[in-house]
Amino acid sequence: MLQVIKNRMEQGYRTSKYPKEQINLYKRFRGLPKVDAKCDAALVTRCADACPQDAINTETCQIDLGRCVFCGLCETLSGGKFAMFSQNFELGTASREDLFTTGDLPALAEHAKKHFKKLFGRSLQLRQISAGGCNACEADTNVLNTPFFDLSRFGIQFVASPRHADGIHVTGPISENMRAATITTFEAVPSPKVVIASGACAISGGPFYGSEDIVGDLNSIIPVDLYIPGCPPHPLTTLHALLNYFK
Amino acid sequence: MDKLLHIQNNEKVNRADIPNLPFADLRQQLLACAAAGGQVVQFFAYEDQGTSKLMAVMRTDKLYVGGCDAPDSFASLTAESEKFHMFEREIGEQHGLKAEGHPWYKMVRYHANYSGKKDVFDNDYKEDIPGNYPYFSVEGDTVHEVAVGPVHAGIIEPGHFRFQCCGERVFHLEIQLGYQHRGVEKLLQSVAMKRMPIIAETIAGDTTIGHGLCQAQAIEALAGIEVDEGAKIVRTIALELERIANHVGDLGALSIDVAFGPPAAYFGRIRGEYLNLTQILGGNRFGRGLVRAGGVTHVMGDEQKKLLSDKLAELTPEVEHVSELIFSAPSVQARFDHTGTVSRDNAEKIGLVGYAGRACGLKYDARVSFPTECYGELPANKNEKTDGDVCSRATVRREEIMHSTRLITSLLDKKEEAKSYTPQEVQLAPQSFVVSINEGWRGEVSHCILTDEKGGILRYKVKDPSFHNWTGLALSLRDEGISDFPLCNKSFNLSYCGFDL
Repeated sequence: MLQVIKNRMEQGYRTSKYPKEQINLYKRFRGLPKVDAKCDAALVTRCADACPQDAINTETCQIDLGRCVFCGLCETLSGGKFAMFSQNFELGTASREDLFTTGDLPALAEHAKKHFKKLFGRSLQLRQISAGGCNACEADTNVLNTPFFDLSRFGIQFVASPRHADGIHVTGPISENMRAATITTFEAVPSPKVVIASGACAISGGPFYGSEDIVGDLNSIIPVDLYIPGCPPHPLTTLHALLNYFK
Repeated sequence: MDKLLHIQNNEKVNRADIPNLPFADLRQQLLACAAAGGQVVQFFAYEDQGTSKLMAVMRTDKLYVGGCDAPDSFASLTAESEKFHMFEREIGEQHGLKAEGHPWYKMVRYHANYSGKKDVFDNDYKEDIPGNYPYFSVEGDTVHEVAVGPVHAGIIEPGHFRFQCCGERVFHLEIQLGYQHRGVEKLLQSVAMKRMPIIAETIAGDTTIGHGLCQAQAIEALAGIEVDEGAKIVRTIALELERIANHVGDLGALSIDVAFGPPAAYFGRIRGEYLNLTQILGGNRFGRGLVRAGGVTHVMGDEQKKLLSDKLAELTPEVEHVSELIFSAPSVQARFDHTGTVSRDNAEKIGLVGYAGRACGLKYDARVSFPTECYGELPANKNEKTDGDVCSRATVRREEIMHSTRLITSLLDKKEEAKSYTPQEVQLAPQSFVVSINEGWRGEVSHCILTDEKGGILRYKVKDPSFHNWTGLALSLRDEGISDFPLCNKSFNLSYCGFDL
């Protein structure tokens, strides 16, 4: 008992004040990329050719955040002249098109569906489906339940059964072997329900695009309401998206 | 083993130098090696100019390789040694080569084979898992079956578990995986080189550095690239941070599985602190984009060193105190002790690796046996508690957290700084072979690459430690209460995606 109290005192109160107070991530963290569309076209082509995810469009100079894994190669190759990754972790969008960007994303709160805010603003229960993911998305979603983020203080919970849920949160490129289970779980959630695609895999197939063993795009089998990009999304990216879309 | 070729970890070998034995000879050599205490590192099939071939890498205190032309069906090695059981099932599934007389021949991941041969399991893959396979069942008046998954109650990966129980007592647990199968090996054999590190880092997200390192080392060996001392230091630190973060998180999770809440809350947060240290090194909490063939993408300067050592100095006593809180609580001891025991004999037979193996008394640690990066000059960890139960697995991990912390601290004192990284085109040596082994946090991670006459990738084989250890979890449940499953499961904490590829 004494040990419990001693540890409790040593640990103290660790919950972050986010979103009331901003959190600054270390300068090496790669968040929202800023693109200089006026840079040398040859440089853009060089970055686009080298991009492992083929996420760079040479004509529009946009980066597709739905494919990007934030490896930072384009920043290294261009010495920051074509793209620079900022420490801004606010990446969630309400439409797939918005993820094609040169560095500006529309404010998520304004694009959230009004009826979702009304329905789920005070209490949101989500069923998580891992469908072919590498477990990094899952791990950094799970982290939201630790004392630092303490997700439940916002009235958001991950629940054990789809029957208890208001929607699904899907990670992974939907392996063919998980296609049926993903659809069944979605169908088991009572309507009205919300669908969240989390991580590059669920949005575009991520690192596994082109594989014949995956579906690759959640939206092709279930209509998606909220996109959270990243490989994996930083816990704060997920938290920001959930708070802005539903609150 | 006189007919097998002795090789080194991460050594480029000409494929022509690898003995291509008659099947019967290879079988005899592998079985003799296994009988003498050897274990299987890799055993797989591949296609070369229209013929199917087998290749095996065995380890004793040395590494050996040998191959043969594969018959369409062959006398199972598993019939004589369990060490090959999973590998032979995989060979059947991937290449349609049937192991005759295998005592439990069933699919591994449930997908059509690569060679277009007749399916050895008579599956029609339009059907969902498990296809043409009746799960093992125990019959009797008081026997009942509990089926769980693939979608589980928590935020975890999918898999299907079947318990054959009498009341609360588990006779047998059958684990069916494959739900996470993304076709990783096929992709690695077909995609452009630029995509390879991204795929390697997502084979198992919690082992990003482990798998990324294996691939980088294998490519460096085949392309003749040297890595400077500074980069080796960063790589070693990153691998140890990965180990600490996962062990810390799992000790917390073990605590909540026996309903002791406070350590779970503390360790849940502290795990995040270690992930943030990896983020300081390379900009991502899991180490994505840090390790590349040729070195590391980010230099560790004085600023990063100071941030790391200050944070470690702050966290280490906290970790010690919370560990002490867990291990000294009688309610925890009562649940950890004598639960989920795997005997040393069984561990040896199924080739358990990593902390699961060490907790059973199998000493193997790839950092010691086949050191890469800085490990040759670093001291090994010694674990004394080897009862093979949950408590042993937890204790080994507690010790490894402290050991890894000491390793990192000593590496931070070194002066060498990594050269700044410039991405380069690589050309792999033609007709070559390399096997790469590292001790990831779960255990032995291994990648093996075979190149063709033009230096293209003919076969890319990946093995996650979970490939061995899932069988260990199934065995640990025998004769246990079903309510101890979460505890046993977390004490192994195996990877679904690393197994499923």
